[in-house]
Parts: sequence; structure tokens; C-alpha cells
Amino acid sequence: MQKVYTKIESIVGNVITVRATGVKNQDLAEVTTKSGISYANVIKLDHDLVSLQVFSGAQGISTGDSVRFLGVPMRVSFSDNLLGRIFNGSGEPRDKGPALNENMIEIGGPSVNPAKRIIPKNMIRTGIPMIDVFNTLVESQKLPIFSISGEPYNQLLARIAMQAEVDMIVLGGMGLKYDDYLFFKETLEKSGAMSRTIMFIHTASDPTVECTLVPDMALAVAEQFALKGKKVLVLLTDMTNYCDSLKEMAITMDQVPSNRGYPGDLYSNLAARYEKAVDFDGAGSVTILGVTTMPGDDVTHPVPDNTGYITEGQYYLRGGHIEPFGSLSRLKQQVNKDTRDDHRALMDAMIKLYAAYKESVEKKAMGFLMSEWDEKLLKYGSLFESKLMDLSVNIPLEEALDLGWEILAECFEKNETGLKSDLISKYWPK
Amino acid sequence: MGNNKGHVVSVNGNMVNVEFTGAITKNEVGYIILGNTRLKSEVIRINSNIASLQVYEMTGGVAVGDEVEFTGELLSAELGPGLLTQIYDGLQNPLPQLAEECGFFLQRGVYLTAIPDKNWDFTPVCKVGDTVVAGDTLGTVPEGVFTHKIMVPFDLLGEWKVVSIVKSGNYNVRSTIATIENENGVKKDLSMVFEWPVKKAIKCYEERLRPDETMVTKIRLIDTFLPVAKGGTYCIPGPFGAGKTVLQHLTSKNADVDIVIIAACGERAGEVVEVLKEFPELIDPKTGRSLMERTIIICNTSSMPVAAREASVYTAVTLAEYYRNMGLDVLLLADSTSRWAQAMREMSGRLEEIPGEEAFPAYLESKIAEFYERAGKVRLKDGTTASVTIGGTVSPAGGNFEEPVTQATLKVVGAFHGLSRERSDARKYPAIDPLESWSKYEGVLPADKVSKAYSILLRGNEVNQMMKVVGEEGTSLEDYIIYQKGELLDSVYLQQNSFDPVDAAVVVERQVETFDVLYDILMSNFALDDKKDVRLFFNRVRQAFLDWNGTAQDDKAYSSRKDELITLYKEKVRG
Repeated sequence: MQKVYTKIESIVGNVITVRATGVKNQDLAEVTTKSGISYANVIKLDHDLVSLQVFSGAQGISTGDSVRFLGVPMRVSFSDNLLGRIFNGSGEPRDKGPALNENMIEIGGPSVNPAKRIIPKNMIRTGIPMIDVFNTLVESQKLPIFSISGEPYNQLLARIAMQAEVDMIVLGGMGLKYDDYLFFKETLEKSGAMSRTIMFIHTASDPTVECTLVPDMALAVAEQFALKGKKVLVLLTDMTNYCDSLKEMAITMDQVPSNRGYPGDLYSNLAARYEKAVDFDGAGSVTILGVTTMPGDDVTHPVPDNTGYITEGQYYLRGGHIEPFGSLSRLKQQVNKDTRDDHRALMDAMIKLYAAYKESVEKKAMGFLMSEWDEKLLKYGSLFESKLMDLSVNIPLEEALDLGWEILAECFEKNETGLKSDLISKYWPK
Repeated sequence: MGNNKGHVVSVNGNMVNVEFTGAITKNEVGYIILGNTRLKSEVIRINSNIASLQVYEMTGGVAVGDEVEFTGELLSAELGPGLLTQIYDGLQNPLPQLAEECGFFLQRGVYLTAIPDKNWDFTPVCKVGDTVVAGDTLGTVPEGVFTHKIMVPFDLLGEWKVVSIVKSGNYNVRSTIATIENENGVKKDLSMVFEWPVKKAIKCYEERLRPDETMVTKIRLIDTFLPVAKGGTYCIPGPFGAGKTVLQHLTSKNADVDIVIIAACGERAGEVVEVLKEFPELIDPKTGRSLMERTIIICNTSSMPVAAREASVYTAVTLAEYYRNMGLDVLLLADSTSRWAQAMREMSGRLEEIPGEEAFPAYLESKIAEFYERAGKVRLKDGTTASVTIGGTVSPAGGNFEEPVTQATLKVVGAFHGLSRERSDARKYPAIDPLESWSKYEGVLPADKVSKAYSILLRGNEVNQMMKVVGEEGTSLEDYIIYQKGELLDSVYLQQNSFDPVDAAVVVERQVETFDVLYDILMSNFALDDKKDVRLFFNRVRQAFLDWNGTAQDDKAYSSRKDELITLYKEKVRG
């Protein structure tokens, strides 16, 4: 099995082929080149012709370089030693720490049996009112942040990583700018959250193949921790880069593209990753929060579109804050009935009034006369935006609800809010 | 038969090419032998001595030279008593039992028997010497509230004579209950279980009838304006978040059919879990038993292997046809057919077929047509009628209905319930767009009245569009009233609150009563002076109507609220 092959038949894109026998699909191989050793995995077998995808890219590989098959699929080490460490897309250390080779686990493992899942029931508090109050994040939920380039999505993720009430964080970075990588590293180190964090980072300058491995690595590790009873939050940024890497690889392999050049199995690939979010019956959980940048702010682009069909809602990050409209947490109904008795009603009433405010703003822009009611709404809208929507606001849910009541009381009469009388008598600020 | 062997020559994703000797059937099942694991696969193309197999599992670890065993059997479903209440994957593996065996994960290569090994109280209806053909009833067993007919396997050709049959009693599902013999002297032992190839429609009936009876869903918009017939087909396309799955769940709870089969095909596992945990708790008003007792779930969620997703809709429709042949009305809900089509696309790409539009294979349309055509109302040999109704959701890319799967589906279905982003954003549920959708079936209300009401909805919408340009000031009072009537129809009849215990499910008689009142309002001339008057009046009518809608029929307030509403609008009727 440890035979070395020294004739590479072809090199196309990041894929090399060699003639070999006894090789298994998806096995790992070591390619030794002048510049060092790179890993590769088997993606196709045709008689004795084996196609391998080289993780570090095929650049600089010579037809005379040697390939050695390791007889095992791609794996990643799993132990508590991972905590606080940073790795690249091949699982090699990015920080100065030692390489880890103990207790190797397979990546991209099988799917969880639906009969072993449970209906999610725990809220994850983040301290961000637009999430906690209006679109509650639920344990085991899979939720992307839809955003355009330039929005502070990585800052948002970092904040959630620091504040979320979970046992540990696994951060998967794909195609990150180097500055962003440093930002995550520094922010987490400064806040002290690094000791409960594991990072798998692929930066924009790293080889494409490694980008596609990052989510699998991150999720395989997260799954194992969850099986040990941990509440794990996986942050993936940016899933659009992951999809673009898939596209690049599919096209170099002559696959027929389906929609805007993306491969036909884009949905299945994304689903296989996002579906790793799970609440194990009798163990821990995996919650996935991803970032999907929308090219051209177009939600019908294949990546956000396919993502939307898979995930349980989405947060729209636009103009530096989480939009109340369009953002949706499909699982919030499972938890917001048990938080505080005014949660649901207050959430609905405030959103309805905010929608009315938007109409008033539109009317004002068109030069219509503002009525007394419009003026009230305008006041409400600006308070809502500065006190609740602003991303820098950092308060627990209960405080946010109280603040909501205060804002209402400041702007409206009791009967103008559309809230039930018993709630008003209980919570209306005296 | 059944002992052909071959070996793997190439692997590309979930497609494996196998060199074989001897005769091989297209669509027969083969197993790739991987040490102790056997990976189920299906022959989808044969080219001289190379067979292309789609593998129903992940193919990691498969090597060139690995042995393949062919079974000689087509991909089949097991049919027999005990199917109800089961939760299967796309290949009819029972998931709860799989969980007991393998734990949290779906381990590949583990195949369990689909029909639970248990005993049933069998009552024969045939006697020795009777002549039977495929599909005839040998006897019955009680399965929950249903009388499950034990039938002569559908694949037996010609006439057979019953040589022996057991007496009434308790028998194991797989023990022999009868022996039959044909004129050539071939003898067959029959148990309560037999197999049927899933990709072939079951045809053991006298004739197919026109679907002419409405399948009541208790959703006003559907039953009144966009009805579905028993034995008919319909599709629900819609962008993500528009409420496709919620609508399917509502239908699965309320539809007036005997059996519901839910095929969760390539969708979120969480949604299946909700059904799984919720249904056993809910009571079916028709039978007074748990809803689960009339339900089968076929669940091949998005992260499970793609090829099995393709098989799952066929497995589901085969089970539906089987229960239909007992004289029952069966509803099959497939969510979502787009994922099934995508599974075909992935396979077609691996086969290097010439792609059609958006890389879907050229045979996409014929496959979709073939699937929906397995629905139908039929007359069985004993004269009873039975039906299979198919409702499929479609998840069009970008919410654009011009894409190939939606278009191919629209060609073959009898009703189209298109969900719109605008309506779901405005929280108008069910978010079926009443202007774009259509149905070719007969509803529960007189067609002429419905079409008159519908024309007011259309006119109201036109006025609304016009008003966006010319403003309220530029609209005549007459037009404005029509606009308000359209809005009233929308808010008190088309929209329905699925979280409200009363409004969530509306029986036909109540729909008739509600519609009569509404119709009278829509057709009345009102003496109203200006637009403010109109707005106030319609706001009050709407409020009164919604109050009535939210009152249960057995509530004392039911008739008084109705009277209030009638008095309220009669006051303003002209002449």
C-alpha cells in the first residue's frame, strides 16, 4: 500500500492523474515535490488511472514528482488539545504550536439519523437585541447572515463568538482577507474567548482546494465535541467563497455547469454541510451561523438562493444593522413563548409600528404633509434605530424588552400600540 | 438469475462502472462488496460489458477491482401490513430501527427489512378451489382502523387456483398463508408480504376514472377557488420562506383522505422531526385515532445520499398505489420535487449526457410526467373506487417560475398553487397567489358564484394597480368600493390563520355558509357617500367578519356574531 508512484500522467488545474492500482476512492496521498510535501485526495478512479486533487494546488508539480498513497481518507485530529489552536485548510497548524496527529477522525462523515434528532428548544443569547428579541437564535439552528461585501459581518460574527452562551466556538474561515484573519485572532485573544475557540482558516491567498475542506474540518470537530455533550457554535465565513471554490474546481474538471457556472450538486454540497447542525438526543448540539455574501446584493444569486432553501431563516445585514424585514429565524417560535410573556406580542407590535414608520418616511420623502401620527412614528423610528437596531447595543433580552416598552411609552399612547391591555398594565413604564 | 458478478472499473462520485459477464437487466440492483459492507446500487446504463451503477451510498473507499454482486431484481418496495406509522428512508429502511442498531448516524450499507416482523389476525376471504388473479384479495387483517387486504402479488401473470389457504387466526407476516397453482402446475407459496419494483406503476384495476370528487383540505382558498380532486395532481411552487412546507403539513393534517404519505425528499431534517414528534400527539377528527396511524413518512433529507433521494419519490408512490388497491383514498405529498429533479441532474452529469436547459437532463419532462401520471382515481375489480392524489412542492431557483422543473410540472398537473414572496412578506397566509394560480377541478361551491367573486378580486386588483399611479384622489367612488370589496374577500376569506384553533381548518358546510354571506356583500350596492365612509364601513365589516371567523360553530356566539355582521352591512345596502 505504501508504494510510491513517480510518473504523473497529467496536471490540469489542481488535479493530477497517476497510474496506480489498489487505490480507494477518497483516499489521501502525499505528493512530494521540490518545494515540499503536499497532500492530495482521490476524487476519481478510471481503471488504473487515478485522479487526485492537490490541496496546495498543482503549481510547481513536475511530472516526475512522486505520489504515495496513504490508504486512509482525509482526517483531522480530535482532542481537547485543539482548543485555542489555529489550523489551515489541510489541518496543519497556522499558529506556532505543534502539529496534532492523535485520535484522527474522518471528515465529511455520515448524516445524522432524523429519528435521533429532537425538536430544538433552547435559545442562544447573544446580547444583540435584533437577534435576541426579534429573531431569536436557537440551539442547533443553521442560519446564514446575508450581506454584501463591505458590511461588518465579520465584526458581527466576532461579537457573537465572544458573547454567545455556548461551551465552545469553531470558526471556519474561507477566503478570508489576511486582515480579517488577524482581526478575528486579535479580537478573540483580547476578549479571552480564544481558549474555548478552534479556528480553521483559509485565507484568500491559500490554495483553492483547502478552502473546500475548511467547513468539513470545522464541522467534523464540532460534531465530535457535541457528541461529548458540548454546546458548539460553528461560525463559517464566507460560504460564498466556499461555493466559488467548488465552482472553480468543477469547471476545471469539465463538469457541466448548471446555473451561472455553479455545479449541479451545489445544493447537495451546501446541504450536507449545513445539515450538520443538530441537537443530539442525549448529548450536545451544533449550531451553525454562516456568512453568505450576495454578489450584487442579489438574493436570487445561486449561492444565497440555495442557502435560503437549506437554512432555517436568515439575517439580512444591510447598512450596518440587522434588517427587521426579511430577516427571519424559523425556529424562534420554539423558544420565544417561554422567555417572558410579553416577548412575542412586543416583538410583533414593534415591528408593525416600525413598518408604519417606514411608510411615513416614504410619504415624507415624497413631500406629503406629516400628520400628528406620522410625527409620532418618525420619533419612534429614530429611537428604535438608535437604541435597538444599532449593532453596538449590547444588552440582555430582558433589558431589551424593557427598553422596548420605554420607547413605546415615550412615543405613543397606550391604545395606539395595538398591544393587549393586560400586557400594557403589567409592563407599561409608570 | 441472481448470481451474476462483476468488478469495479471506475468510480466517479456516486457513479461506478462495473465490468460484468452474463446477462444484466437495466435498473436491477447490485451490491458493491466492501469488506463486510455492501453498498446498494442500481444499474442505470449498460454499454457492451460495462454497466453504470448509481450507488445509493457514499462511495468513499471503493477501489477498482472491488467485487459487485447483481441480484437480478429491480429496485423494489416491500408491501404488506405494518407499513402505516413507519418512518422510512428513500430505500424503505426503517429509520427508528436503524437508530437502535447504529446510533446517531446513518451508517452506510445497513439494510433492514421494511415490514416489521409481527403477527396479524388473518381472516381468509378465498377458499380452496377459487380462481384468483393478481390483485385479488386472499384475506384481510386489521391494520389500525383499516381493513388491510392481503392481495395476490401484482406481478403474477394469468389465472391461479387456490390450492390451500389457512383458517382464520394469528399468523406471522412472513409465514405462508396460502398456496396457489397455475395451469402449468407451477405452485407458489404466498405470505402477507410481497415486493413490487418501485419505478413501475401498479395497474391492477379495472379502469381509470376522471377525478371528479373534491379532496377537501379545509383551506378556504383551496377548496373554494383552487380545488384539488381526489385522484388529481397539484403542485406548489414557491420561493424559500413562502410557506410551502407549512402548507403541506396543514394539508397532511386536514385532508379528507384515508391515508397520507409524506415524502420528504431532499429537504431539511428538522421539518421531518416536527412531523415525527407532532403527529403521534394529534388526533385525526375522522377516526378519533392518532394522526400517525394514517401516515407513512418517507424521509430522505438533503444531507442523505443523492441517489436514494431519486428513489424516495418512487418508493412513496408505490406505497400509495398499494393502499389504493385496497379501495382507499391516498394522498401523497412530495416535498420537494425540485430536489428529486436535481438528483437526476447530478446523475445525468456523471453519465456525461448532453445537458438540456440549466443542465437538467433532456428526459426531465417525461420523468416528471410519468411520476404525476401515477396519480388517479380508479375503479377496482370489486367495483369500489379509490384514488391516489399527488401534491408536489417545487423550489424554483430564485423563486422564478420560468425554470425547467416548474414548467415541466405545470404541463402535467391539474392545479397550480403558486406561492408568492409579496404575499408571504405581507404575512398573508396561505401565501398562494390567487391571481396567478389555477385549478381544473371542481370545487365545493357553485362555479358561477365563485367565478363572479373571483372577478371582483381581479377588478379590485386592477383598481389597486391604478391607484398606485393616480392616487386615491383620482379614483372614482365606484372603483374604490370594488377595490375595498376585493380587499375584504382577500382578508376574510382567502387569508386563513393557521395558528388560530378555529380558523385553521374550516369544514365544507362552514365554507358554504361563510361564502354565502360574503357573496351577498360582494354583490350588494352600498349607499356610501365618500371614500372615508367606504373605508370605515369596510373596516367595520372586516372586523365583524373576522370575529365571526374566529368563533367555533358550537359556540353560542356563533349565530349572534353572524347576525351582527349581517345587520351591520344590511344597514348600508342601497334599495
